[in-house]
Amino acid sequence: MRPAMAVFNKLLYAGILVAGVIAPMLFPDYTLQLALLWIMILFSLTWDLQGGQMGYNSLGNIFFFGAGMYICAVVQIGLYYDVADYTAAFGAVKVDFTDQQYFTGLALGVIAAAVASIGLAVIFGRIMFGLRGPYFAIGTLGVALAAAELVGTWEYVGGGGGISLPVYPGDPDVRSQFFYLLCFILTVATFVCLRWLYTTRFGLALNAIRDDEIKAEAMGIHTTRYKTVAWTVSAFFLGMSGALFGNMIGFIEPLEVAFPTTTFGIFMVLMVLLGGKGTIWGPVIGAVLFHVIKEVTWTYMLGWQWITLGVLIIINVIYFQQGIMGWAQEKWPERFGLVVDRRTTISSKEESA
Amino acid sequence: MLDNLSLLVDAPVLNAQLLLDGLFIGATFALAAYGMALVWGVMNIKNLAQGDFVILGGYIAVSLSSVGLNPVLALPIAVVIMFAFGWITYKLIISRIIDRDLFTSLLATFGLAIVMAQAMNLIFGADVQTAESGMDTLLLGDFVTVNEIKIVSLVIAAVLATIVIVFMKRSRMGQAIRATAQDVRAARVMGIDTDRVYAFTFALNSAICGAAGVLISMIWVIQPYFGITHTIRSLVIVTAAGLGNLPGVIMAGFGLGFAEQYAGFVFGAEFQQATVVGLLVLILIVRQIQQARHRQVVQ
Repeated sequence: MRPAMAVFNKLLYAGILVAGVIAPMLFPDYTLQLALLWIMILFSLTWDLQGGQMGYNSLGNIFFFGAGMYICAVVQIGLYYDVADYTAAFGAVKVDFTDQQYFTGLALGVIAAAVASIGLAVIFGRIMFGLRGPYFAIGTLGVALAAAELVGTWEYVGGGGGISLPVYPGDPDVRSQFFYLLCFILTVATFVCLRWLYTTRFGLALNAIRDDEIKAEAMGIHTTRYKTVAWTVSAFFLGMSGALFGNMIGFIEPLEVAFPTTTFGIFMVLMVLLGGKGTIWGPVIGAVLFHVIKEVTWTYMLGWQWITLGVLIIINVIYFQQGIMGWAQEKWPERFGLVVDRRTTISSKEESA
Repeated sequence: MLDNLSLLVDAPVLNAQLLLDGLFIGATFALAAYGMALVWGVMNIKNLAQGDFVILGGYIAVSLSSVGLNPVLALPIAVVIMFAFGWITYKLIISRIIDRDLFTSLLATFGLAIVMAQAMNLIFGADVQTAESGMDTLLLGDFVTVNEIKIVSLVIAAVLATIVIVFMKRSRMGQAIRATAQDVRAARVMGIDTDRVYAFTFALNSAICGAAGVLISMIWVIQPYFGITHTIRSLVIVTAAGLGNLPGVIMAGFGLGFAEQYAGFVFGAEFQQATVVGLLVLILIVRQIQQARHRQVVQ
């Protein structure tokens, strides 16, 4: 990499970090919106780990988001009260958590969500990774839908009525700042972790699986193990993001908040496709762009927003599947460090024509 | 839950009711699933908007019956409209994704499903609706009730299935469709316009879905967001039965109808949806175990 590029990259990272810290101070009314933006970036980054880098298009990654959310809630409440009593009271009984109880519960809840998501990813990885191609997508979609339906009938965690989470002890403004910062830190940690992961042998193995799984296996890569580990990495971050999101919203229920397969679950795929899959910046750009488009259509085209969204999906998938980063790589390959031998490109084009 | 189970053992007549209801509803599932298997087998497209085609057909029947037409007579009109709708959808969307990878077809049809569900929500409203046929309810024995319209719908489903089978076997277009499914290049060499065959296949699927939707709107209820469940039902049936296995599709359709009725009765109505999705996951797991065993045998 040229020194000028290195300096530019450093400035870019510093700029994003500074912008991330000061953004809620500049726009205090939009703090929760901005926190949601970071979670969206996390969604697309973790989806790209399978869909982009590994070539396994999962439609059910949202499962870990909801699982983390519910596990965190159960731990937070279960540490100090009986969960069944709490959910049966349905918010009628006002339960107060002290400062210490709240923060201990939150910390332990997020940790439990992360650990349990890893466990779930290992279990479901064993079941799902024998499925290939569209069956994998359909199977993961089925798991996420089934989870939503089953949690909705499970009275212990509140069933379809949901759970309201412990109330943050303190000022609401400080609360939104607090959760904003947590989401911001989590997403930056995800980005750094994945960026490092893609430079290791592990990242190369994932790309080998994407390009040709049977050949990768023949080269001695233990594909099932790599696929499962990649899924646990996604599940780890998704579980924590679910735990934070549940606390940020303050009330969780299975269909719309915890396992929103047809909203967040499909958004994460769309954001990656929009930005360009298989790149590290593509998901980030796609998520930001998508979030802006979504908010604008939700505000100005109420009632038509889903139609706009569906049309966007269709157009994106049919005409622009390589995404913004993919398009940029085709246009200026030198900037991305790709070496293109022009002669072979031209002659191969002539041959095919 | 156990109470409900012992009730079934104590009063066997309840089983008759559940089996009959499962039979009537299963016939419509089998119709829609046959359409999905057709498109899957011929064009290699997994249509995630299948259920929304079904619901759209149902809404056509509901709108026609609200202006005074009997839904049974509305069926041919719905079939014609849905055929045209399928042809247009093919020209606009499906023809552009047909030779792309599998995930593209899943996502594009998923986008189509979102658009259709929301458009129907805007046009027809989010309420649960049904097409009134104005027929009586029969009492079989002492406890089992059967609405006459359910019997009519079962007969219609059987007639439609027969027509489609005969069409696929005898007509020139049916032969062209089967030839294209076997080998696209060879079919093209033989002078078959495969693009037209694809368009016709997709339109035929859409028409079959429309007919299934009309039947469902007569004997059950429809709502704009029920589409995804119908899609998953079709997926369950096709995955369980395999492609190009018509008797299997019919049996799986009835089986799913029974399973849903029993699960709804034993566990409670809120488990009916969970049963469908749970069955899908279960079938995929079973298939995978079978394949793993097959692989070991090969090794």
